Amino acid sequence: MKFSHIKALVEKEFYQIIRDPSSILIAFVLPVMLIILFAYAISLDISKMKIGLVLEDDSNYARTLAGAYISNSYFDAQVARDRRAFESALVGGHIRGIIIIPQDFGKTLEQGQLKSLEVITDGSEPNTANFIQNYALAVWNNWSSQQSVLSGRQSAGNLSVESRIWYNPELESRHFLLPAALALIMTLIGSLLTGLVVSREWERGTMEALLSTAITRGEFLLGKLIPYFFLGVLSIILSSCIIIWFFQTPFRGSVLALGISGGVFLFTALGMGLLISTLAKNQFVACQVTFITAFMPTLLLSGFIFEINSMPLVLQMITHIIPAKYLIACLQSIFMVGDVMAILIPNICYMAIVAAIFLTLTLAKTRTRLE
Amino acid sequence: MSAFVEIRHLHKEFQGHTAINDLSVSLEGGQIVGLVGPDGAGKTTLIRLINGLLKPTSGSISIDGADISAERKKLKDIIGYMPQKFGLYEDLTVIENLRLHAKLHNVSESEQKIQFKKMLEFTDLTRFTERLAGALSGGMKQKLGLACSLLGHPRLLLLDEPGVGVDPISRQELWRMVNELLRDDVLVLWSTSYLDEAELCKNVLLLNESKLLFSGDPKELTQKLDGRVYFLKGVSDRRQMLSRLLDHPNVIDGVIQGSLLRLVFKEGEMPSLKMLGDLGNDDLELVSATPRFEDAFMEILGSKISGHSVLANRLSELPKSETITVRAQGLVKRYGNFTAADHIDFEIKQGEIFGLLGPNGAGKSTTFKMLCGLLKPTEGNAFIKGIDLKKNGPKARQHLGYMAQKFSQYDGLSLLQNLQFFAGIYGLKGKELKTEIETIVSIFHFEPYLNMETEKLPLGIKQCLALSCAVMHKPPVLFLDEPTSGVAPVMRREFWNHINGMVSKGTTVLVTTHFMDEAEYCDRMAMIYRGKTIAMGTPDELKRKMQDEEHPNPSMSDVFIRLVEESDMEVST
Repeated sequence: MKFSHIKALVEKEFYQIIRDPSSILIAFVLPVMLIILFAYAISLDISKMKIGLVLEDDSNYARTLAGAYISNSYFDAQVARDRRAFESALVGGHIRGIIIIPQDFGKTLEQGQLKSLEVITDGSEPNTANFIQNYALAVWNNWSSQQSVLSGRQSAGNLSVESRIWYNPELESRHFLLPAALALIMTLIGSLLTGLVVSREWERGTMEALLSTAITRGEFLLGKLIPYFFLGVLSIILSSCIIIWFFQTPFRGSVLALGISGGVFLFTALGMGLLISTLAKNQFVACQVTFITAFMPTLLLSGFIFEINSMPLVLQMITHIIPAKYLIACLQSIFMVGDVMAILIPNICYMAIVAAIFLTLTLAKTRTRLE
Repeated sequence: MSAFVEIRHLHKEFQGHTAINDLSVSLEGGQIVGLVGPDGAGKTTLIRLINGLLKPTSGSISIDGADISAERKKLKDIIGYMPQKFGLYEDLTVIENLRLHAKLHNVSESEQKIQFKKMLEFTDLTRFTERLAGALSGGMKQKLGLACSLLGHPRLLLLDEPGVGVDPISRQELWRMVNELLRDDVLVLWSTSYLDEAELCKNVLLLNESKLLFSGDPKELTQKLDGRVYFLKGVSDRRQMLSRLLDHPNVIDGVIQGSLLRLVFKEGEMPSLKMLGDLGNDDLELVSATPRFEDAFMEILGSKISGHSVLANRLSELPKSETITVRAQGLVKRYGNFTAADHIDFEIKQGEIFGLLGPNGAGKSTTFKMLCGLLKPTEGNAFIKGIDLKKNGPKARQHLGYMAQKFSQYDGLSLLQNLQFFAGIYGLKGKELKTEIETIVSIFHFEPYLNMETEKLPLGIKQCLALSCAVMHKPPVLFLDEPTSGVAPVMRREFWNHINGMVSKGTTVLVTTHFMDEAEYCDRMAMIYRGKTIAMGTPDELKRKMQDEEHPNPSMSDVFIRLVEESDMEVST
């Protein structure tokens, strides 16, 4: 292996990167877009759900309860006297649910009894329906305990549960989504960056010229890995900065841990891309294969959005071969908990093994002839 | 003592298809060996085998005493190779390309400087050191490709069709450059479809259908034709006469050369007008001509072209008229400060072949694209059959068949699928579609290639496919942008036979070419240089203008070079 050959190839790749807008686009613009997308568009929290509030009763109690529903941040409530006013809106999907404060609500309450509220939700979106139900209950509980304090009476059951949530007390889904999104972004850029470059050499006929020079397979692959590794690192730095400073995600671990786990993972992604493009020979095919074999499984099976524990057993087994799974475990730990060695070390080892497998395969599949 | 390159019983198969069949040859250093043959004969395969990019199925190649399969690594340093697409990085500058190749060929730092300077001067690219390779003209790319393959002083230089799509001036320069290398005892293997280049070699390898048909001095072959090549003078309708004569049993080859027909006769009887039988009322005369390598090439391949184009027979004859079918009126195309086409004016009558000639980057393709509405002219108008392309592009294009310079068929589809697709686009259906495709397949002998993916087709077959897709809807106007680039002589004859046939039926043809002998087929032509028309007329008129004591019988190639040189002088004074 000759250092001068590798240096020449890296230099060449460097010039191509700075002159080819697509590499820059993949390395810097794509991550920013994805982060923004994940930060704003995919949020697992619900706020300001549109509901209809039907006030069938006119008592003071009913009014204060209605006030509680209108003024909290979960709901964006419209008020009417008749439930029929909202039926068509619910059917049309303009509102997510209807909460009805029934007739005689105040009267029965004064008699010391509780008349139940009626909550109608759209069962075609079970998640949202659940949220509305739960939040409606929460608001009700809150209101009724307030009422008891005001009236000096004890409410029926005064047992209350106080829950504490560790690591993400605000329960902001963004805080665990964004570090995981970082893994998805790295998979995509890592494999896309290298996925296209070898097939491009085939497509433009430059591979033929390279094959007739004195370079070896190893030199060729290093000449591809080194520049894109650095590009990938720059891209991780940029993404992390945006996640930490712009989106205010906590960062409780060390930069070193982030660097090592990200760096090792980058090799798996780059290796995967190289393997794809070594086999594909055509940029278009390489791009598609990258999306199907790298992006989609990472999105669906890495535990990023869907909990691995709740998947069928077969799928759970498949998740083991998805490198991003290990990175997500590392990143969520580094960002939200800190450097937990019991999590970091085994996961980094797994990633190193996957990277080694990809790169060995690529080396074996790289041809030095045209056939 | 074995020769520098020693090929013994070389055999190469691809999936049951034989590409090289029992080829043995010895080549010494210090010469240019021309590698010629029809399309798909195995030229590229042979070069790749010698280079070690492919492995022989059986047989051996030894270079300087070492076997290429076993000692490829060692031999890489003495082999220089320029692939068909030049193998340049288009997004690297000239100097960066040189630097990369130098390092990969293990040229030391100190040596690099000396070699770069020499190469840049040698290729006259010093002015363009910092220009991106992608922004160079075809001729300059070719020179840069050569320079890259020469770094590290190879002793064996393999050039795969270096002249495809390159104008005569650049080709002449390349030839001169390669000749200088011979002083250092380099062996150059030069694959080409330009037989005038091959004729200059002392040694040629002629491949046909995977076999070595001839190896040796091209003169040996050419001499055999002494006294069998004649010009026929005084022909009024050249195309019709050629078509008739090609079907004559004693004529084995014929081409149009300006107002003359150039005919090659069968061995035996002394050619005479009487032998040709009744040829109408023209006052004809046979004048003896010097044989060329191309004549010998056609003879040894024994592939006589019929004078009748089946492709043209499908067309119904358009009524003869003097109407103007294509008109360029003051066409100007500017890109910023750069004027790619500067007031181009010409008219083409129905049933005429009009040629656009000029060096690479002169503005031919720009003019072409404006004429078919692919580019909007900055100034001026283009008309097809009287329809203004600016106002009614789609309607004008209905009359048009266009064959683009770059292969514009679908690479992922097989040849047959491409034909079916284009037939579908032109609205053919059912039985009509089937018979049309069958006709085209039999006309171009596509049978062996039907299921091959188009990107794997030999260049010549690709061009035929492109032509057949362009003429499938029987357009009355045909635009051909370098249709025969990289196509070997036999196929080119067939191409022109079809074009002549279609023109005889009233089709109007606009064509660009870098083959100067093809320019002779044109009724009229325009020379474009630096965006301007520098000359226009019939081939004979242009040749007559260039006649002087030094060139009593200028060839089209001489005319081309002289016109460009004169124009350069005018610019510099």
